[in-house]
Amino acid sequence: MKPARKQRLILIGLMLVGLGLAATFALQAFNENLMYFFSTTDVATGKAPKNSLFRLGGMVIKGSVERPDAGLLVKFKLSDFNKEVPVEYSGILPDLFREGQGIVAKGKLDERGVFVAEEVLAKHDENYMPPEVADSLKKSAEQK
Amino acid sequence: MSVIPAAVSRFFHRTASSPHFYALADRFIPWLTAIFILLLAAGLYGGLYLAPTDYQQGDSYRIIYIHVPAAWMSLFIYVLMAIMGAIALVWHMKMAEVMLVASAPIGAGFTFIALVTGSLWGKPMWGTWWVWDARLTSELILLFLYLGVISLYGAIEDKRAAARAVSILALVGVVNIPIIHYSVQWWNTLHQGPTVSKMGKPSIHVEMLVPLLLMAVAFKFYYLIAALQAAKLELLKREASSQWVKTLLEKQA
Repeated sequence: MKPARKQRLILIGLMLVGLGLAATFALQAFNENLMYFFSTTDVATGKAPKNSLFRLGGMVIKGSVERPDAGLLVKFKLSDFNKEVPVEYSGILPDLFREGQGIVAKGKLDERGVFVAEEVLAKHDENYMPPEVADSLKKSAEQK
Repeated sequence: MSVIPAAVSRFFHRTASSPHFYALADRFIPWLTAIFILLLAAGLYGGLYLAPTDYQQGDSYRIIYIHVPAAWMSLFIYVLMAIMGAIALVWHMKMAEVMLVASAPIGAGFTFIALVTGSLWGKPMWGTWWVWDARLTSELILLFLYLGVISLYGAIEDKRAAARAVSILALVGVVNIPIIHYSVQWWNTLHQGPTVSKMGKPSIHVEMLVPLLLMAVAFKFYYLIAALQAAKLELLKREASSQWVKTLLEKQA
């Protein structure tokens, strides 16, 4: 390879390494801000903000969804398989909201320690399968 | 250069000449088009008709047959552009410049399709058109990078200088690619994690996966066709006053 070309190649390599390092440091510094939601463990350990709006993500615990009256109010518990947080929401839930599914809710913690949501988004997981397969998976899980 | 066999080196030298590249592209495009149409037909038939419905989303999940291949292409084309940018900067290869410039609008198109189809799916499934999570935001930045490459190239009069400028921009922007790909693993996002491109078994049923892969290959062929066409046009524009273009026009007239 001609020396001039080699030099340009090395220069480009160095530029990419530099950019990669800069990007890594920048992303490390903004790591917290890049999180779209807090986990339920963050709430339990006090890492989540106390008096301001934030997003809380987790799995809707099976059997925890209750509708206390005929209105739109829904109560359920969210978990990340470690800590649980009770949530209250009054409004229309998205299609994919169901027990055992992940959701992201936006709202505030009140003084009872209940997360009062003003918006609930369903988080879809990465699994795609036909209904029959899902049924047989469920059955085999129950048999265990 | 002795490590490269003479035949390969000859192929590259000849491809680097404009009239030869033009003729080669002309010869390949009909074949590529035939393969593209076959793959697209098979992928769409498999995806929209043969594949079973999803256990949770019903038929709405079928948008992945456009969304996922388009999103893959948006990353793939950008990486190719960065590689061609590096080749253009180091070896001053004209064809690399031309292919880089020809790829940008196609990549921008795929990025736009990925964003729009994702948004259309997001409204019924998540309950929102758009969120500023890491995956969606970094993909939007990718669209801006593509648009930046297109407008920077258009803004500089001298096309050799313009090509050098966009090569650098393409290389700088390539840091965004791993960020897009790993965003769903590094941070909490509303967007789901990877289904196919992860270690181990893809978490999608095989009857749904096959049409998805067919569509992904079909999109790659579409890109080749579109990029070659755009590169031909770019060559004609750049070398409008050269002898081979004049002879070509006379032959076609």
